[in-house]
Amino acid sequence: MSPESSKRFRVSAYNFGFLDEGSKREIRRSTLKAVAIPGYQVPFASRELPIGKGWGTGGMQLSLSLAGSRDTIKVIDQGHDDSVNAVSIRHLIQSCTQVEMTRDSQAASLIQSRHRIPEIPLRKDQILILQVPQPDPLKKVESHEKKVKQLHADKDYKGMWLHLYEDISQWGDISISADYPSTAHERYLFAPSPLPRWDVPKLNHSEALCLLGAGREKKIYAIPPHTQVTPLAFDDVPFTTENFGKASCKNCGADNVYLDEFIDDETGQKTYSCSDTGYCHQRMAERRIQ
Amino acid sequence: MGYVTVTGGQTAIEEAEKLLHHYRTGQSSHPLHPETIEKQMRLLVDRIMGEGGLYAPDHASLALKQAEGDPAEAAFLLRAYRSTLSRNFYTKTVDPGEMRLIRRISSTFKDIPGGQVLGPTYDYTHRLLNFSLREETEEDFSEFLEAVDIDSEQVEQTPSFKKVTELLKAENLLADSEMEQEQEPVDITREKPAFPLSRSARLQSLARGETGAMSALAYSAVRGHGKVHPTIGELRVGYADIEIEYPGRENESLYIGETMLTEVETVNSFTETINNQAGGLNLGYGLVFGHNELKAISMAVLEHSLATEGEAPVHDEEFVLLHIDSVDSSGFISHMKMPHYVTFQAQLNRLRKFQEEEGGKPEDESRKQ
Ligand SMILES: [Zn+2]
Repeated sequence: MSPESSKRFRVSAYNFGFLDEGSKREIRRSTLKAVAIPGYQVPFASRELPIGKGWGTGGMQLSLSLAGSRDTIKVIDQGHDDSVNAVSIRHLIQSCTQVEMTRDSQAASLIQSRHRIPEIPLRKDQILILQVPQPDPLKKVESHEKKVKQLHADKDYKGMWLHLYEDISQWGDISISADYPSTAHERYLFAPSPLPRWDVPKLNHSEALCLLGAGREKKIYAIPPHTQVTPLAFDDVPFTTENFGKASCKNCGADNVYLDEFIDDETGQKTYSCSDTGYCHQRMAERRIQ
Repeated sequence: MGYVTVTGGQTAIEEAEKLLHHYRTGQSSHPLHPETIEKQMRLLVDRIMGEGGLYAPDHASLALKQAEGDPAEAAFLLRAYRSTLSRNFYTKTVDPGEMRLIRRISSTFKDIPGGQVLGPTYDYTHRLLNFSLREETEEDFSEFLEAVDIDSEQVEQTPSFKKVTELLKAENLLADSEMEQEQEPVDITREKPAFPLSRSARLQSLARGETGAMSALAYSAVRGHGKVHPTIGELRVGYADIEIEYPGRENESLYIGETMLTEVETVNSFTETINNQAGGLNLGYGLVFGHNELKAISMAVLEHSLATEGEAPVHDEEFVLLHIDSVDSSGFISHMKMPHYVTFQAQLNRLRKFQEEEGGKPEDESRKQ
């Protein structure tokens, strides 16, 4: 053991993409299986990463196993390129792969995200990787993995339907705000990760491949391009997304986007700005040019 | 123009790292050497190796230094490092019956072949703060070594003893168990096993579990929230040789080193039936890296609880095995510190909509799918 080892993380001591090649290959195999069965949770032997479990290790393992030297990667958290966790993950991906990083969602070949999908629709040559804390929507109604697996196999989702029905009878509407249970191609019920309702329709018939990784729960699943994604809803209580009324972004003026709410310290006034900061920056830059 | 948003993540992280470094050095003039940790924080190092699932005393010591002694952080560092190592060999089966013992006790029989060996234990020390350790010097170390004259050669040659449970087996007092059958063990670090787990997967999960979490659950089991009241048939601590198959030469072994292990076999009442089989004593099994008796006993209690039907949490393998992993639990508990702005905003949006509806206000033109 050398005393210098305590000073800094020496990247050269680690493999490209941190994980050993055997591990990366195994993750890619599970990913392929996930793509073949939309919405089905493929178990995999999740590895420990230098970031905490629950902090995006599922997404990270997908990114690290897929990243090649020609990729351009964007990392966001809450739609934000600069939030500490996004910075931390971006830094780790970059330091162990040296691939190019970007903030422009359209320039990225891989986008790793937590809780958001970029506002500009993704293309077929892009992959969206979502970090997932709880991959199984049925955990709400049955806590045991053994039983939940059987329910999925039987396409037995009446527990979830009942849950939604009870929710409506208590609140008048479905109270689930994020991570809205949806079905992939009318077969598997899946958790779209804690996206706001706003982003769920973006998964429906998306051009891009969406991969979802849950590190702690050791599951990978996928929404391949052109998969029909249907949020569970009743005929008389349809699925609706968040509504920001007449509010618009104070920076770029966008009004058909997901907004973050701010309260002014002094005036106490409520203002809004784009949650997708990359999109907001781009709009502001375009405005300046005009 | 006045564009403001919460940025500066990069700078914040860098500054936080500097501060962390500052706190870690503690403005002390003597950097803590990992070797000092390895030699004098032996039990902590052992605990970290077990929870980290990597037998590497020098790496564990380094992890402890880097983590300011936080066991969860240190085990996490070891696990993350483990992910970068390729799997080259599987060792041959280790027979703990062949261990060179430093300690070995039985609570079931007073007289066991080879006798009880108390070994290094705090069990019968009085827990009084020893203030003289504040002034301990290098001379004290060497004087002690001369005075007590522990022959390290002799320690090395401590014989191995037949296991206590072998006696019970010979007397035909053990319940027949399907679990005894030889099977190729699964490797939980290379595949996600499906529930219900095989016994090898259960044992592996337990072996990597967090000491505190496991003793809490085992405590609940023996305190009444579970159907187990075990006795320790044997607890042994010692060194086991690790061998691999000689590359290229079948049926030949290559010695690659030794690991210290703690092994516990508990004996459980014949009324606690496993798989509805009666007619003998049932065993619970614990085997952990290093010298960690609390964890090994807890593991044996939990292993037996999981093989027994019951309503208490300790009989539910998903409940026990999915919540004892320190990297999983500390990771997910601490993830709550991350921003949840988007989901919270979504929740507010729902709440306001419900409040509006209650107030009889007309619903706004929400985007319908
Ligand atoms: Zn904007």
